[in-house]
Amino acid sequence: MKPLQRKLLRELLRLKGQMLAVAAVVACGISVFVSMSSVQYSLEASRARYYSKYRFADVFMQVKRAPEFYLETVRSIAGVASVNSRIVADVTLDVPGLDEPATGRLVSIPEYRTPVLNDLFIKSGRYIDPGKPEEVVVSKPFLEANKLAPGDHITAVINGRKKELLIVGMGLSPEYIYEVQPGAFFPDKRRFGVIWMSRRALESAFDMSGAFNDLSLTLAHGVSEKDVLLQLDNLFTRYGSLGAYGRSEQLSDRFIADEIKQVGIQITFLPAIFLAVAVFLLNIVLRRLVATQRDQIAVLKAIGYSNEDVALHYLGFAMIPTAVGSVVGTALGAWLGRGMMNIYADFYNFAELVYTFRFENVALAVLLSFAAALVGALGAVRKAVLLPPAEAMRPDSPVLYKPGFLDRASLRKRVPVSLRIIVRNLERRPWKASISVLMISLAVAILIAGRYTYDSVDRMIQVEFAEKHREDVTLIFNDPKPPSVVYTIASLSGVLEHEYYRDEPVRMRFGHRFRRLSIKGLQSAEGLQRLVDKNGRHFSLPADGIILTSALADILGVRPGDRLQLEFLQGRQLHREVLVSAVIDEILGLSASMNLAQLNTLAGDGGVLNAAYLRIDQSKAGPLYTSLKKMPGVAGMMMLKALKESFEELIAQSMTTSTFILTSFACVLAFAVVYNGARISLSERARELSSLRVLGMSKGEVSFILLGEQALLTLCAIPVGFMIGIALSALLAHALSSELYRLPLVFTAYNFLFAFTVIVMVSVVSGLAVQKRLSSLDLVEVLKTRE
Amino acid sequence: MSDNPVGNGHAPAVLKISDLSKSYIMGEIRVDALKHISLDFYSGELAVLLGASGSGKSTLINIIGGLDTPSSGSLFFHGREITAATETELTAYRRRSIGFVFQFYNLISSLSALENVQLVTEIAENPMPPEEALKLVGLAHRLNHFPAQLSGGEQQRVAIARAVAKRPELLLCDEPTGALDFQTGKLVLDVIEKVNRELGTTTLIITHNASIAGMADRVVRLSSGEVSEDRRNLTRLSPSELLW
Repeated sequence: MKPLQRKLLRELLRLKGQMLAVAAVVACGISVFVSMSSVQYSLEASRARYYSKYRFADVFMQVKRAPEFYLETVRSIAGVASVNSRIVADVTLDVPGLDEPATGRLVSIPEYRTPVLNDLFIKSGRYIDPGKPEEVVVSKPFLEANKLAPGDHITAVINGRKKELLIVGMGLSPEYIYEVQPGAFFPDKRRFGVIWMSRRALESAFDMSGAFNDLSLTLAHGVSEKDVLLQLDNLFTRYGSLGAYGRSEQLSDRFIADEIKQVGIQITFLPAIFLAVAVFLLNIVLRRLVATQRDQIAVLKAIGYSNEDVALHYLGFAMIPTAVGSVVGTALGAWLGRGMMNIYADFYNFAELVYTFRFENVALAVLLSFAAALVGALGAVRKAVLLPPAEAMRPDSPVLYKPGFLDRASLRKRVPVSLRIIVRNLERRPWKASISVLMISLAVAILIAGRYTYDSVDRMIQVEFAEKHREDVTLIFNDPKPPSVVYTIASLSGVLEHEYYRDEPVRMRFGHRFRRLSIKGLQSAEGLQRLVDKNGRHFSLPADGIILTSALADILGVRPGDRLQLEFLQGRQLHREVLVSAVIDEILGLSASMNLAQLNTLAGDGGVLNAAYLRIDQSKAGPLYTSLKKMPGVAGMMMLKALKESFEELIAQSMTTSTFILTSFACVLAFAVVYNGARISLSERARELSSLRVLGMSKGEVSFILLGEQALLTLCAIPVGFMIGIALSALLAHALSSELYRLPLVFTAYNFLFAFTVIVMVSVVSGLAVQKRLSSLDLVEVLKTRE
Repeated sequence: MSDNPVGNGHAPAVLKISDLSKSYIMGEIRVDALKHISLDFYSGELAVLLGASGSGKSTLINIIGGLDTPSSGSLFFHGREITAATETELTAYRRRSIGFVFQFYNLISSLSALENVQLVTEIAENPMPPEEALKLVGLAHRLNHFPAQLSGGEQQRVAIARAVAKRPELLLCDEPTGALDFQTGKLVLDVIEKVNRELGTTTLIITHNASIAGMADRVVRLSSGEVSEDRRNLTRLSPSELLW
């Protein structure tokens, strides 16, 4: 090993605390980048593989009932590659061990196994046998949540008749990677499952022989989806089509696409912060190193080392910790990525979710880190190179201090000397002080933003499950019911309050923009169901006009006061116009609500109801559920409490994990900045502090001067960090919001208190670490050597 | 050739300085550190440059060593004009031809005595083995000691070993005893004298201590940036005979 290399290694060891801090910051940045980008790639690749292997359709359509021979017409549409018709129906299920009825989505499959669109992946068990109509394959999450397995039985109420079904297989389909009940937003694995059943069995059960009610198709490469959708709509409107739609409106795909996008956002912002801090740390550490080694640099040059030798030598101080950070970060990132994929595997039902660790991502991350290290080291290395050797041999000229803020006559007497030293030091290099404050505040900001998502989801739960919905149960009817259904429901024992709504599919049009959606016709917005925006503000239901969520209004480009075209897709299929009376910034989804009476008038029929909200007497819940299970008109039931619990359980794990990771990383960041700041202060002022000790100051008094500066910087950084944290959260809220949901911007006092406590604790720990060094300072030695 | 009366006539001039001036601005004051200096130094010569602090002697030695550049005038080393050299050429000049000894030793504290010498032997063309250089200065038994484990005199001797290990043609010593006590200083001068005698290295010692002048072949006195005296000693005293 060459002497200069030996010098480098020994001095790196001497500076190990500071260098490890730099390496840790680099490691955090790289691990986030590596894990997130690997996760993003793995999700994308798994989805693509799943879709192609199991032939996920490009276009979907539900109709009331269309003749099978129409498929030929569909096949003849230019650009259609393949077509698959099915019978799909929602029924209530009697699941062993579950009091309340669950909802089963029956999906037809060929009696003899042939490749079809949205094909089945049999995870365990087997495919159904021909000629055995009772055999079914059931979705994996539902079976697992209910502790059922192939061989068990399950009872379905099909067209009013109880039918015993034999589970022969556990399956998954690309159509239900995110498996939720229609109308619901969050999965409730116990109470909603997909059941694949022989087409023949479903034909006879629903009187659908020679007909279908669900169509999926794939398109040839390069075909305009819009044109095909239009032709399908023209063909099937008379068969009660609710409008054809592409993958972007398919709920499951939409969720995954959004998830992938969100992961992508996190790839950019967190690593960028860590790299910025690494640049800053390397800058201050190396500048100080070059300053303390002025005479050594002079000697090296005097001896005959070239500027390149000197530059490379000092670059080494940046590159080695970066290399260590890269190795650790890559390993940590690989591990974190795997952990995140396990969480995703709980969330999403992939046939196989393969974690692919991509070395391209690692290479990019490492390259970026080294570029950052170079930027950080550049100033100091430049200084070392430009230092004229003759000048370098002379000690650095003494720093020029000027009277500052605390030297004003009025303050002078009141402020102790030690405090004056602290303030003057900060005043002397305002830029360095400001950047230090900025770096510590970034750590505070990460803490705030990390907790923010937690609080935001909390608010989401509060608004969705407590303010907007007050019902216990939502009953979904299998067909639109006449208003007289109210009497049937009211007569059930145990129903305390009941409220109904109409769910009417329409195509909304404003100018050239349109969207296919269901309008919710509400009886009231003050009863069980309410209109509440993401900030908890309540809206009342107007007598005239429609209320849109802001995401929907944005898509259509409408504002309150505009008139919206409605094309009813069912019944008389009237075209109407309605006033947009309000736009409400809701948390979830795209939705439109209006007064039930007005909706009935616009639809031009006597009025129908699609679902009921019930508040029930919990002491009579058991018998009530039993009678609901028997009701032929009920397609499904949603339990608000169960939805809430399943959502909380689902979110809790990923939220806790990500908050924990962000908090740890923010601690590393804060520690690295505060510790390095104090170490550099100590190095710069060892002589001064030793002189003060020699003059009779106690260790405590000297520590106060050294650590007081860091404490002051930290205290300044906290409010700045709060503000950056709020801005960062707002940015996150904006970036992470999609058509499906919008994160409300809420901050609890606890969030700020938590960030404050963590930063203060980290600062105290790093302060203590430096104080230990200060106490062991050899006074005589320090004063004897030349600065 | 200058009209310097001290030229020994036999050896060629290794170093030829003509009309060299250096001024710099310190704050708002212009300081003329060197004013029209003309001097020649000859092969194997041991010269002492005397002068009070601020006389310009450090500036002169820095320019000779290629660490600094003059404001005007020229400096030739073996006929090559150093004052016109590029940064790369100056680096090569220092690497091949110059050995430096500083007042404050300037050893790399993280490297041992041996490694400090290796720092030079690694990049020099025909160096002596580092162990031999340390033996020459009487430190063969302290090879693996770090600067902090050595006394001031020992550190300065390591610095001398480091300077001579490359077999420089010119050894430049800037106040080599400035930070040392009398006895230790003499030991260090002994080593310098030995190097000059045994290796024939042209040696320039700058000092404010007039009593060192006795060990030199030639004494040049600088005051206020000008040569005020340039004389040759009839006999060279051994450092142990010096009194100060």
